[in-house]
Amino acid sequence: MNRKPKYIPAMNHKYNLNKILKRQLFETMLKIRLAEEKIVAVYHEQHMRTPTHLSIGQEAVAVGICSALKKDDQVFSPHRCHAHYLAKGGNLNAFFAELCGRETGSNRGRVGSAHLTDEKAHVYASPILGAMIPVAVGAALAFKMDRLKKVAVAFLGDAAIEEGIFTESLNFAIVKKLPVLFVCENNLYSTNSPLRVRQPPSPLYKRVSLPELSTQQIDGNDVEKVYQAASKAIQQCRRGKGPIFIECLTYRIHEHVGPLMDYDKGYRSKKEVESWIKKCPIKRFKSKLIKGRIMNSKEIDALTAELKKDMNEAYVKALQSPWPDTKTLLDHVY
Amino acid sequence: MAQWPIICLLLGWAHESDKFDEQNDEYCYNINNMTRKISYAQAISEALVQAMDLDPRVFIFGLGVDDFKGIFGTTLEAAKKFGSTRVFDTPASEGALTGIAIGAALNNKRPVLVHARNDFMFLALDQMLNNASKWKYVSYGHSSVPFVVRAIIGKGWGQGPVHSQSIQSVLAHFPGLYVAMPSNPYDVKGILLKSLQVDTPAVILEHRALYNCEGEVPAEAYTVEFGQAKIVHPGKDITVLATSLMVLEALKAAQILKSEGIEMEIVDPVSIQPLDEETIITSVKKTGRLICADTSWARCGFSAEVAAMVAEKAHAHLKAAVRRIAPPPCPCPVSKPLEDAFYPTYQNILEVVYELLDRKIFSSQNRFQEVDSFVGPY
Ligand SMILES: Cc1ncc(C[n+]2csc(CCOP(=O)(O)OP(=O)(O)O)c2C)c(N)n1
Ligand SMILES: [Mg+2]
Repeated sequence: MNRKPKYIPAMNHKYNLNKILKRQLFETMLKIRLAEEKIVAVYHEQHMRTPTHLSIGQEAVAVGICSALKKDDQVFSPHRCHAHYLAKGGNLNAFFAELCGRETGSNRGRVGSAHLTDEKAHVYASPILGAMIPVAVGAALAFKMDRLKKVAVAFLGDAAIEEGIFTESLNFAIVKKLPVLFVCENNLYSTNSPLRVRQPPSPLYKRVSLPELSTQQIDGNDVEKVYQAASKAIQQCRRGKGPIFIECLTYRIHEHVGPLMDYDKGYRSKKEVESWIKKCPIKRFKSKLIKGRIMNSKEIDALTAELKKDMNEAYVKALQSPWPDTKTLLDHVY
Repeated sequence: MAQWPIICLLLGWAHESDKFDEQNDEYCYNINNMTRKISYAQAISEALVQAMDLDPRVFIFGLGVDDFKGIFGTTLEAAKKFGSTRVFDTPASEGALTGIAIGAALNNKRPVLVHARNDFMFLALDQMLNNASKWKYVSYGHSSVPFVVRAIIGKGWGQGPVHSQSIQSVLAHFPGLYVAMPSNPYDVKGILLKSLQVDTPAVILEHRALYNCEGEVPAEAYTVEFGQAKIVHPGKDITVLATSLMVLEALKAAQILKSEGIEMEIVDPVSIQPLDEETIITSVKKTGRLICADTSWARCGFSAEVAAMVAEKAHAHLKAAVRRIAPPPCPCPVSKPLEDAFYPTYQNILEVVYELLDRKIFSSQNRFQEVDSFVGPY
């Protein structure tokens, strides 16, 4: 089943979402959730020998942003890249195969979970904090030089803004007025370190605010809000009004790296985690869709079953795929 | 990583746990023969606590140093004992943190900056190399900035291209920094304590795959000198100079060779800057053959430096060309078969030994049985 998110233009310039688009947003979020729940379910089997940063709880950001992009717009991600990769249309089979280190993986088994690339979907990642931010800016520079109407997106965590390279990249993008969208997924933690020990208490987006830079903070667990903000920002970028910075408030449900829950570890409370589970972007959107009679629960159950089957098949297929040949170890170094 | 439990047992180090992330390691005393064995990670922890006890200027900072994992258990004790003014978390700003360490060191502090992977130090190289390494020289010795960087080399279970590098050669290339690569609990404790007494900025490259290995470590504070190599296994037929984890691979090779009547001498430089050239050359003069086994690439690497140094200073004593054992010249891949092919082991050392000594390759009967007991995540 081909479930690559398609670019579906908004109904009118006020960025109202049509029904097809809403279903699409829901389906993509669900697909990402089920892909990662599959990882959680099978991680103990030890076929995925790769430290894995799950996006469970943060799907609305990836889906809201990437659904507002065109296929050849480019996306650059940090370590927590699964949702971005899948939302931008990265290949699902190649995703599972990469996690299992197979030759059929997105990166031929070379990099694993935190470094996913799909050139066809124009999505790239690197697990060094801040490493991809200037790369997005450079892509935007090239788009502008070539007078292309393309946009580059730099996804970054709340910790990445602490790296000097973020400030340097932002400054350059502003000076050159580049079509780049900085999307900060503020999930309140860097590994196990809460925001309050790392940054001042004022809102993050205000601290990167400049007269020349449009910044805003949105509810990152509301996929419609994210989509609307993204559509507007992307249009501005295409009109030469970039760069733009959006802070999305969201939360990671699982441990920083790995498949477990971690509220017994003391750095965050069970109450806090549970309050965010209540704000699950998928659950929220699902009840909205049902209330608005856009989808009914029967349809959703059928979709869920179908997507689960996709995940099972992708995993089985990955395990049946060949390992990379050690003779190719030195391929493509130069 | 697979062969850890077995080699540790063979070398007389009890292996405590299959799980590397085990944080509740108890200090283990062997009361019967009055020696005490603790792990590499525990030795680091103990050194930090003792250094902080002895010297109120010492503080520890870096990403996650005070969280529940405590840098694989190495900062938990210090955080508990000295609290948040002397052990504290930081923003993710490796470049600035390094400059901050310099500024604090200039003002009579002894900072210990921790990087959970030495790869993250690439973001700090400007401060390390343009500021820290040159400080003493440019002030003509009037001021110095002694601080310590602890940085961990990752390996295995899919650490991948940018969490598995081993950056000693980059650091040792620049005059003005001390660089140590301790291979066992005794050395890591002693060199860490020493690094907090010298007045040169020092980098301790710790190997994650050594963290659970145990060895005898005195309970009291002591120091291990920079620039003093150790003969960790004496022999007369061939010298292997090995760094960090490669010392353990060399020890495995030495055991096998012993049963075949070949005596391999293993030299552990402990610190690669300063480097104890004399001990290396003395060994080469005795054996006439040198293999250098390093954890990082051969080209422009530490192994190249050793080969050049021996070629310059002991050429007449060499019976064969110096040989190097290093990972192949590519980034470290994640996929298991590629990752296994990437890392050199004692097998690679054996092959070169047989070649240099013109021996035919023995049967694999003596090989260590490899058991992959590690269960991720890392
Ligand atoms: C330069 C660098 N320093 C440290 C790390 C280790 N590290 C990996 S993820 C992470 C936390 C990042 O937090 P954030 O940017 O908020 O993203 P999140 O994990 O919350 O999605 C850290 C510190 C790294 N990968 N690169
Ligand atoms: Mg975060």
